[in-house]
Amino acid sequence: MKKILTSLALVGLVAAGTAAFAAEEAHNAAAPTHFPINEPKEMSWSFTGPFGTYDKAQLQRGLKVYKEVCSACHSMNLVAFRTLSDLGYNDAQIKTLAAEYTIHDGPNDAGDMFDRPGKPSDHFPAPFANEEAAAASNGGAAPPDMSLLAKARGVERGFPQFVFDIFTQYDAGGPDYIHSLLTGYDQTPPAGMVIPEGTHYNPYFMSGVSLKMPKPLSDGQVTYDDGSPQTVDQYSRDVSAFLTWAAEPHMEDRKKTGFRVLVFLLLFGALVYLTKRKVWEGVAH
Amino acid sequence: MSEGHSTYTPKTGIERWFDARMPLPRMVYDSFIAYPVPRNLNYAWTFGGILAIMLVAQILTGIVLAMHYTADTNLAFGSVEKIMRDVNSGWLLRYMHANGASFFFIAVYIHIFRGLYYGSYKAPRELLWILGCIIYLLMMATGFMGYVLPWGQMSFWGATVITGFFSAIPLVGDWIQQLLLGGFAVDNPTLNRFFALHYLLPFMIAGVVVLHVWALHVVGQSNPTGIEVKSKTDTVAFTPYATIKDAFGMIVFLFFFAYFVFYLPNYLGHPDNYTVANPLKTPAHIVPEWYFLPFYAILRAITFNIGPINSKLGGVLCMFGAIVMLFLVPWLDTSKVRSAVYRPWYKLFFWLFVADAILLGWLGSQPAEGSYVFMAQMATLFYFAFFLVALPVLGLIETPRRLPNSITEAVLEKNKGGSGHPAGATAAPETKG
Repeated sequence: MKKILTSLALVGLVAAGTAAFAAEEAHNAAAPTHFPINEPKEMSWSFTGPFGTYDKAQLQRGLKVYKEVCSACHSMNLVAFRTLSDLGYNDAQIKTLAAEYTIHDGPNDAGDMFDRPGKPSDHFPAPFANEEAAAASNGGAAPPDMSLLAKARGVERGFPQFVFDIFTQYDAGGPDYIHSLLTGYDQTPPAGMVIPEGTHYNPYFMSGVSLKMPKPLSDGQVTYDDGSPQTVDQYSRDVSAFLTWAAEPHMEDRKKTGFRVLVFLLLFGALVYLTKRKVWEGVAH
Repeated sequence: MSEGHSTYTPKTGIERWFDARMPLPRMVYDSFIAYPVPRNLNYAWTFGGILAIMLVAQILTGIVLAMHYTADTNLAFGSVEKIMRDVNSGWLLRYMHANGASFFFIAVYIHIFRGLYYGSYKAPRELLWILGCIIYLLMMATGFMGYVLPWGQMSFWGATVITGFFSAIPLVGDWIQQLLLGGFAVDNPTLNRFFALHYLLPFMIAGVVVLHVWALHVVGQSNPTGIEVKSKTDTVAFTPYATIKDAFGMIVFLFFFAYFVFYLPNYLGHPDNYTVANPLKTPAHIVPEWYFLPFYAILRAITFNIGPINSKLGGVLCMFGAIVMLFLVPWLDTSKVRSAVYRPWYKLFFWLFVADAILLGWLGSQPAEGSYVFMAQMATLFYFAFFLVALPVLGLIETPRRLPNSITEAVLEKNKGGSGHPAGATAAPETKG
């Protein structure tokens, strides 16, 4: 037992030592080699933790930000209008919302393609006909599809944080990153840093010093009718929460089921353990 | 331990009818009810059963997933998302399957380390051990191909890197790589054959598991003392003793599994795999699934040429060599004593090896640059030294502690000493019953 403990301590020491060693490596402010320059800010979200649920009002605000701002360039191909019932909309509202969009459909009986108003079974239409068109209109970089963005982004947490994350159930890497990025513009790059032409400095961007997307949100840009602050920070929180829902629509169901499963396993495990003790009673082992 | 004769007596007419024609009930009775197991098996021995239920769970969830999945580069990613969004409980099936692979590997690593610690590979269990190694190899192939199916960025680039290893083999390398890929690069033919093989291999695993269990039932289980069963008092019947203990081990394991499935379903995956594969855009760091990371670190540790062997081939040879080591363990270990409980030096080196494997895993997840490369080289050196130096040499120079005469003696000795701690509470493997 003593040996095991010593060995485990040794594992910890070796790992901690190497991590510290790696962190000591040169860091040059004007020419950083590791991205993002700043770690994402950890926000508090309604959907984290074992009993996390989506804040429907927040998702509705996030949808508004997506519709009025993001959707000009970003598609959301995997999300169907019908699923917006998760946000608290009723069937009539969803029908109206879908009908605001024009869907290119066909061919019809005459063999022609035609435009029609959207139906709840349709998905959000993409702003560009194809990826090449999207890239051509955006300085050569196609804006990523947003359906899964909240799960497709996440900054590596590093040792020992990734161990703690198991116990704290940290699952907001995506929304934290998106929120930090959206609120991370308007900063002056360090002296001497070269920002490539046509890109925008953002110390929270995970693949370089700057990105092609200009600052997308500004204060007062989207009108909220529920009295929430109309600030970049609030917009960013709301759209990050909305994108988390878009990427993981069944999260509430998952966490709710999980709690029941764990309680069941705990009780069943306790019963089996007591049975096991009874069976082994009097059998030296 | 196999007693050579069956103790089964058919009681009802239908049992007698079956027994005379196809004695399946007799086989089940002899293998899972009357089968004698050492009385001192600890919870490390429950992982065989845990692995069996994980295999079944993977096959069941996998078959349902396959009903909804489309193996086509244009449709695969979307079909997986369809499962996540629109298939009834599809998210549960997919998260169970993806995390199930990880937990399958967690269980198999504990199972392998258990074997190494207690010397379970020593005669007469060499073949049992080698069959286990074959299962592990098949699991790696299955896991790798399964990770390609969602057709995300890591699927594509992981497949590109791993199939690229084969091109390092002299003369036939390119031919093997093209055969694997069905072309010159990872593309639709690759996805199709990987899907077919990913569906096939689990059934091959199940086949080898049958051989593994067969071999086990011929030689019997080893145990924490490493002393063979000598008399009937050394054993208890599989049912109810091992069955109920295995059941408890399984529930505890499933608890951890469920924790990840329901609360951290993407913790063990990579965010890049939620971006559809793009052959024109290489991710910043290509990393395989966590369970391959130690081998990935060994592969990348070889940054130098050795005579005619260039660094790429050297890395590939070391990586495969790291797995070959496992196959050779029964003959590399020269010790007459099986269990590390009675081998103070081996015990120390065993835990250093565990630490080394974890360190290699962490290094595999880091970029191969700067000090990481040197650390990976040292850790690789220790990995091979453990098998090629420590195992043969320790057996010759080490003075083992006094062995008890029998399992029963060991059990009675232990129970005389400390009856203070509750049986079954989590404690060090060798102090626990």
